[in-house]
Amino acid sequence: MKIIVAIKQVPERDAQVRIDAAGKWIEESGLQYALNESDAYALEEALQLKEKHGGEVVVLTAGPERVGPTIREALAKGADRAIHIDCADLGNRDALGVAKLLAAAVKPENPDLVLTGLQSDDLGLGQTGVILAELLGLPHSSLILHVEKTDTGLTVKRELEEGWFRTIELPLPAVLTIQSGGNKLRYATLMGIKRAKTKEVRTVTAAELAVDSVPVAVLERVALPQKQKSTQILPGNPKEAAAALVDKLKFEARVL
Amino acid sequence: MSAIWVVIEERDGRVSRISWEAVAAGQKLAALTGLAANAVVIGAQTEPLATEVASKALGKVVRVEHTLLAAYTADGFTLALQQFIEAEKPDYVVFPHTYQVRDYAPKLAARLGQVLIGDVTAFAEGPVFVRQLMQGRLNGSYRHSGSGPCFVSVQAGAFRADEVHAGAGAVTVFTPTIEHAQIRTKPSERFRGAAQTVDLGSAQMIVGVGRGIKDPANLPIAQELATALGAELGASRPICDNGWLPMERQIGSSGQTISPKLYLAVGISGAIQHLVGIKGSQCVVAINKDPDAPIFEVADYGIVGDLMEVVPALTEALKAAKQ
Repeated sequence: MKIIVAIKQVPERDAQVRIDAAGKWIEESGLQYALNESDAYALEEALQLKEKHGGEVVVLTAGPERVGPTIREALAKGADRAIHIDCADLGNRDALGVAKLLAAAVKPENPDLVLTGLQSDDLGLGQTGVILAELLGLPHSSLILHVEKTDTGLTVKRELEEGWFRTIELPLPAVLTIQSGGNKLRYATLMGIKRAKTKEVRTVTAAELAVDSVPVAVLERVALPQKQKSTQILPGNPKEAAAALVDKLKFEARVL
Repeated sequence: MSAIWVVIEERDGRVSRISWEAVAAGQKLAALTGLAANAVVIGAQTEPLATEVASKALGKVVRVEHTLLAAYTADGFTLALQQFIEAEKPDYVVFPHTYQVRDYAPKLAARLGQVLIGDVTAFAEGPVFVRQLMQGRLNGSYRHSGSGPCFVSVQAGAFRADEVHAGAGAVTVFTPTIEHAQIRTKPSERFRGAAQTVDLGSAQMIVGVGRGIKDPANLPIAQELATALGAELGASRPICDNGWLPMERQIGSSGQTISPKLYLAVGISGAIQHLVGIKGSQCVVAINKDPDAPIFEVADYGIVGDLMEVVPALTEALKAAKQ
């Protein structure tokens, strides 16, 4: 099975969020980046499917030059090769614009399966995989926790709200968006890190893919959220703060 | 035919709560834009649902009905609504932001050359649509540009179902053309995960653990705090994903919804998926090292500090208070 995994590099989870001078995005200088969490689960699912059924795992990502280490990380974990869509203006494209880039790169590869995480930890749109399926003319299912190959295609387990699930059968080729938690993530081995250095990373520029980039949904400005409640922060060292909290819970909130 | 159309979803044969919230959002958008708010119900037998919706202040209620829409499929719902939208040419289509909508609305929008502005928490003049970025640490204001309908989905709890105005809408039927072969996926009946033995839903005291706990070896300090409080132990999704606590202890949109007297969030940053599950809590306490963590936006009390020091201190203080 030939599997393409679309991954995204996002600011690290604990990164300090500062709004940039234009008020349109966050200040990127000094930020640390990491592989988007649900994309890591999509990669894991792809690697496990390859181990069971053979084939090839190709990682695909769009972004500026800084995505290099994230690509190497995916290759070190076991992906066979990578395609990097070199794109410095990713933030100016909406979900459809990004999916168009990815679709243009996926098409000539003719994969059996395309996987991606269910949403990115930075924009949180949760749409790229679903739109990608539409652009490729393929069936899809989203929020997938478990994938099984059958004689006719795939049987997948989709997460629903409040602890419910649904099983869905779909033919191949197909697109799935993967929910976190379905598998245990692997770490790259030393051997894997060594091998990654010699694996193919093909770079294609966004301009070469010739897709339009005019957004329909435009992010005009970003702001810090307003507090819904006025939180009382209890000061002091841990012991003092703890004692003050117990006091508040007992006599003010009356929940103890 | 300028108008706003709200897409209704059912839950156990009735209009779901979040669909009423979407109706409230549609009515608010109507007030903002001067357009009429209408609703569409979709399925194989939509009459009861349409009757329920028609009791509210909506101009029209359309039943998009076809036998092939009995079970939800992305292919079927996309085809049906695509045809309806092409016939009706709405200005806005408003959805409840559910797992089902997340599965097909981006596809539907893309087919019509549009992009869903998803998980919206508020509207402003413009209209401008606000949604959360960076796991709730930032708000982004989005505007729809270009021609064609604007697709918006609204976050659970962002608009108030009890603010829906009553009224009377006229019900009509729209029959889409769908061929069996156009539906490529085959869904089963929904099922529950492993038997739930932990009922966090009715617990009065809950301690929730998040990523900040860092290592499963640190879980006992949270357990000791829970024991001192007489509380159940719950967790945010990453803790259960890692297998540090069983899935049945997960709190949030994909886990259990809680409404305790006291919820104590330990090392939980407060991603929206978690926050929707704790909305019913009477009193929320957050312990986190990051003063900017979104959990502090909903907490009544907070301690900013290292949970490895604060949690044991709190356990001791609780024990002392009981004596």
